[in-house]
Amino acid sequence: MSTHYQLRCRECSKLWGNAPRSFCEDCFSPLEVAYDYDALRKIAHREALASRSFNMWRYSEFLPLPDDFTPASAVGGTPLVRSRKLAERWGLQNLYIKNDAVCFPSLSFKDRVVATALAAARRFQFTTVGCSSTGNLANAVAAQAAQQGLKACVFIPADLEPAKVLNTAVYGARIVRIDGNYDHVNRLCAQIADRFQWGLVNVNLRPYYSEGSKTHGFEIAEQLGWALPDNVVVPMAGGSLITKIAKAFRELVELGWVEPKPVKFFGAQATGCSPISDGVKRHLQRFEPQKPNTIARSLAIGNPADGSFAIKQIRDSGGWADDISDPEIVDAIKLLAETEGIFTETAGGVTAGVTQKLVAQNRIKPHETTVVCITGNGLKTTDAIAADFPLSQAIAPRLEAFEAYLDAQLNPGVAQPAIAGAS
Amino acid sequence: MPITIEIPTAFRRFTEGAPKVDSAAATVADALNDLTAKFPALARHVRDEQGQIRQFLNVYLNEEDIRFLGGESCALKEGDRVLLVPSIAGGSF
Repeated sequence: MSTHYQLRCRECSKLWGNAPRSFCEDCFSPLEVAYDYDALRKIAHREALASRSFNMWRYSEFLPLPDDFTPASAVGGTPLVRSRKLAERWGLQNLYIKNDAVCFPSLSFKDRVVATALAAARRFQFTTVGCSSTGNLANAVAAQAAQQGLKACVFIPADLEPAKVLNTAVYGARIVRIDGNYDHVNRLCAQIADRFQWGLVNVNLRPYYSEGSKTHGFEIAEQLGWALPDNVVVPMAGGSLITKIAKAFRELVELGWVEPKPVKFFGAQATGCSPISDGVKRHLQRFEPQKPNTIARSLAIGNPADGSFAIKQIRDSGGWADDISDPEIVDAIKLLAETEGIFTETAGGVTAGVTQKLVAQNRIKPHETTVVCITGNGLKTTDAIAADFPLSQAIAPRLEAFEAYLDAQLNPGVAQPAIAGAS
Repeated sequence: MPITIEIPTAFRRFTEGAPKVDSAAATVADALNDLTAKFPALARHVRDEQGQIRQFLNVYLNEEDIRFLGGESCALKEGDRVLLVPSIAGGSF
């Protein structure tokens, strides 16, 4: 099976076989995995999926996996939720939430990319894996490395949310905190990959890693009944996911698994770190890097590696990109929770809030089928909203105390006798 | 005023294996020009046909991306390090 894909330069198209490398040594542009679609057509059959479990491995033929690959765990296979209350709020008839807040095993879509990256790491016989991370990726690397018996060493900005640091440490991974922002961490990791023989999933294994993102797109199409949506709204940090969902849709069309259809791609960023949406809105050919300053730290990449590809994808599809402020992010997290029962992290707040903005701008139309990609879990960024939900006063475990509490709630302006505290 | 240009492994086949090159340049632009004058085969990998630094090559002065320092015209002082790093990873989504 391994003969039907290899690395190809995105700029000069030179082929590089399969190896732990992420850029073309001729022109130094990024490499991606290219497939022989005639060969893929012979081995991939939609009917075969009926007997496979609903997780990302049901699309194995579309992924750069070694011949002898056996999945270590059931990653992906997340719900596509048909929205009712939020759709009604926004005046949309066909709104769906792709909910990777519940992706297995570490509660973000990064589980998908790490799954394909570690398959490559084992193929290339790395014994230590790692990453530069804004949090979710480190969680995913640490969890899957632990399960597969690989050593993990992750590099993070020193000011990450405590929950994300803890969610990496618990798996036994070595954590190197860097006194700088993600872009500093990322540069260091490029130098580390250059110096040491480690499998850094989003550096020298990046082409294999990013292919895992396609399964988010495959699942959307299958869950829509093997059809493509009209619009997809995707959060953007490095800018890779939006291009890989597009690649997934193109491949399904190429193999005749779905009918061809124009899909508009919409990108979402936080205003405090918006190099890609800024590039789209100002019609730039090259984005301008920014210094991140936002609560959406998982999107806080000021120098996005795939930024130019994301801009092109958005522009070519007829889509758009926009960004929202930190208070709007918090409001959108609460809105998604209150209407759909989905608790997402700050990045998901960005995606939901930008979708609301795109609807208001009439870029997303009521009758169209729109999928909002929620990529991470709210339990990891509780700090961002904690101030909005102060604890209520405790009451005694007595009926009269509860009656007094109810009176106070129903008549907030009337002075109430003091409620005895629980002893 | 001597400064050092640090060369990534992938570039070293154009620098006769040298991991570092010293220069007396006064600006980052001059340092890159020194480098490519010394190793002409490297020139097309550093700048595109329009003479711009290639899109997927990041250039740093010490800890900072030169795009935050006004671009390649930014001045150098003794002991500065200019780093060339191919653009690779985006971390999150």
